[in-house]
Amino acid sequence: MPNSQQPAILLLADGNVFYGKAFGKVGTATGEICFNTGMTGYQEVFTDPSYYGQVLIMNNVHIGNYGVTPKDTESKSVKIQGLIARNLEEKFSRYQATGSLNEYLVANNIVAIEDVDTRALVAHVRTKGAMNCIISSEILDVDLLGAHLATVPNMDGLELASVVSTTEEYEMGNPDSPVKVAVLDYGVKVNILTCLVERGAHVRVHPAKTPLSRLKEFNPSGYFISNGPGDPSAMPYAVETLQQILQEDKPVFGICLGHQLLALANGIRTYKMHHGHRGLNHPVKNIINGICEITTQNHGFGVDAEAVRNHPNVEITHVNLNDDSIEGIRLKDKPAFSVQYHPESTPGPFDSRYLFDEFFTLMKN
Amino acid sequence: MPKDNSIHSVLIIGSGPIVIGQACEFDYSGSQAARSLREEGIKVILINSNPATIMTDPMMADKVYLWPLTAESIEKILEENQIDAVLPTMGGQTALNLCKEVYEMGIWEKHNVRLIGVDIAAIDKAENREQFRQLMIDIGIAVAPSRVANSFLEGKEFAQEIGFPLVIRPSFTLGGSGGGFVHNKSELDEALQRGLQASPIHEVLVEKAVLGWKEYELELLRDCNDNVVIICTVENLDPMGIHTGDSITVAPAMTLSDTAFQDMRNKAILMMRSLGNFWGGCNVQFAQNPETEELIAVEINPRVSRSSALASKATGYPIAKIAAKLAIGYSLDELKNQITKTTSAYFEPALDYVIVKVPRWNFDKFKGANDTLGLQMKSVGEVMAIGRNFTEALQKACQSLENDAVGLGYYGKNLMRSEDIVEYIKVPKWDRIFRIKDALMQGVTVKTIVQATGIDRWFIYQIQEICALEKKIAQYTLETLPLDLLKEAKKNGFGDEQIATILQNHVTEEQVYEKRKAAGITRVYKMVDTCSAEFEAKTPYFYSTFEG
Repeated sequence: MPNSQQPAILLLADGNVFYGKAFGKVGTATGEICFNTGMTGYQEVFTDPSYYGQVLIMNNVHIGNYGVTPKDTESKSVKIQGLIARNLEEKFSRYQATGSLNEYLVANNIVAIEDVDTRALVAHVRTKGAMNCIISSEILDVDLLGAHLATVPNMDGLELASVVSTTEEYEMGNPDSPVKVAVLDYGVKVNILTCLVERGAHVRVHPAKTPLSRLKEFNPSGYFISNGPGDPSAMPYAVETLQQILQEDKPVFGICLGHQLLALANGIRTYKMHHGHRGLNHPVKNIINGICEITTQNHGFGVDAEAVRNHPNVEITHVNLNDDSIEGIRLKDKPAFSVQYHPESTPGPFDSRYLFDEFFTLMKN
Repeated sequence: MPKDNSIHSVLIIGSGPIVIGQACEFDYSGSQAARSLREEGIKVILINSNPATIMTDPMMADKVYLWPLTAESIEKILEENQIDAVLPTMGGQTALNLCKEVYEMGIWEKHNVRLIGVDIAAIDKAENREQFRQLMIDIGIAVAPSRVANSFLEGKEFAQEIGFPLVIRPSFTLGGSGGGFVHNKSELDEALQRGLQASPIHEVLVEKAVLGWKEYELELLRDCNDNVVIICTVENLDPMGIHTGDSITVAPAMTLSDTAFQDMRNKAILMMRSLGNFWGGCNVQFAQNPETEELIAVEINPRVSRSSALASKATGYPIAKIAAKLAIGYSLDELKNQITKTTSAYFEPALDYVIVKVPRWNFDKFKGANDTLGLQMKSVGEVMAIGRNFTEALQKACQSLENDAVGLGYYGKNLMRSEDIVEYIKVPKWDRIFRIKDALMQGVTVKTIVQATGIDRWFIYQIQEICALEKKIAQYTLETLPLDLLKEAKKNGFGDEQIATILQNHVTEEQVYEKRKAAGITRVYKMVDTCSAEFEAKTPYFYSTFEG
């Protein structure tokens, strides 16, 4: 049963309207609509910086059941712009929980709408593709919302990484560790840093536009190129830095946006996907060893498959079993590799954590 | 690895007569497996002593033997037919036990018949309580403290050592038969006697009871390349202590955080891989301490089961069909999702609905039977309902039980006083879910009910919402009932008959229907498509619900 009878509305850029009830902060939010099919881990998803700029539909029909806790976050705040769901739960059950989803969304200024026919909505997005949208629990006038929606920038060509990146450098892990990782933060998830630190690395996290000269002062054993929101092709500064990093011949590992940047740094183009991959059940095959992985994914851009296949110096390591898209690449002449999916998961399966071990093996050699 | 082309003919062992604890789910899996193998051009020979099954229809297999499920029958079949392999994982415990017996007599070897899908060592590791316990300890997964006893005296000694409450579990039995909880010395003697007798090898496990812990089941598939996927996670609404077959179960899990779920997933995969040679469907059960989220492995079944039949219907993923393909050498990434036809069979289904299974008991027909639920399964069937929320699915399930309940209400029956209900629901019985609703209607708190039943409070909150709606509806007549409320009731699974019963004036189901039809509050149909609408489905099935 909806928690509030206050009506709320979703207007899509193609003019379609869906109705629901208010949840979270009463207000208006805009962004690009996308959906996530995962059945666990809503809080991790909401705080993942790669979702910045997105209004998110959760396909799973009950969200909020186990409340929230500061332990299950991937950054310091909620990063989605807005939330759409079928049933959002105010009442929760978990001993470890410190509060309800509703309180949490209100505290983070996030507008949500529930009681929406999310299945019909997802089928629509699947067919028509990603588009901008506006949700509101304060303005119910479609024309007024339409005018506001028209001012929302298109995700294609939008640079968002520097918005969510850290503004100050910070360090994690054992300062005496011989393994030092310089992280370029374009919206890095906390668990990526945890995966590095747990394996013994001393990590320094840098703002998005940090020049190589500053990275080198850390004397890194390897470079990590993080995940993040927005269009990679709108990040020439990052591509340039990565090209310089590759000249160092040190191990480089990229995840998601980092993967797309590694492709761009090698002259491979990226493109805006029809509606992206977001969920915890995406099948990937490691074509080097033949083993399959169930992966966590969250991306709306991809790397051009044909350009990868034709590139003399880039090798495909992982492919998506559903649509044959490129999930992993490595350079033939340098210790650099990247994956489109999220081996750190959170939320999601641990199947791909071995990639961090491989990064460490490269750094220790 | 592609299909093993040296297999031209396969023997499938059925599960025999329908008994409490083992019913038509194995007809479903056996039929699916037969069809799956035949579409690969493999000759299927089938043995089942039960002619009242689909799998024994002449068109299901190339040859059907309606013979007793004995080693003699198997030997005769092997003499009459050239059989390359036997698939014993489709016929439940009966088929596995028979397969093992035949193996021990050397009959498979004599006729050069390979076991596919599973080997004897894997069966033993899963079914033999002591081997299972040792294996879990070896791979670092917690199990409840326990000892294996082969005699009455040994059993008593171990019981004293471990302390009450205890579970007595006989080895190699069906549907938990012969098992039971023991809270004191007098119950112990009887339980030990019964358990030892029930076990074909005169062996019981004396185990610490983790009463009140939450219970979960995972359905997995594994292929010859060691790829593993979780097809479905099922949460038991009833806590540990009630046989899963007698528990109300829900999918997907409703009260699991990702941290807790991934811990379960990792452990289930580790357990499945540790079984050794095993390709196919597998079921793993866990108990979870609700306070600490610590897990205990309860059991692993290296075969398709009642739960995998449920999981197949709950997700749309045909577990038995794919398991049969894995048994003949395919790997998951070589197969397609049978519903979308375009995506991979190597994936984990995502649900955008809630499944509720409610068992159906028939105590009316078993006069004098003890109707308290426990380790031994007593239900004779089950219903499964699908809704766009838990309350809708639960009420739809209750409506399908074909008893006097209308939705979650037992209208017209004398209600107990609330103190009596709280006492009553402490003991699990078939009508507990209805009594919980009665208690909430009378104002008993969620906390009291949680304490009395051990059921997670999230579910009780949801039932409380049904009660709140019912109380609202009861304030109106059909004429004054607001349309918003009527729609809300339909979205929460209230049947027209149920609404008619609750309303102040005496109206019929048809009158309620006419009112909502006129207001445009009608059913919509949604798909069970394995992927929560991410991909287009070619062969989905549908359920009805209310939206908008």
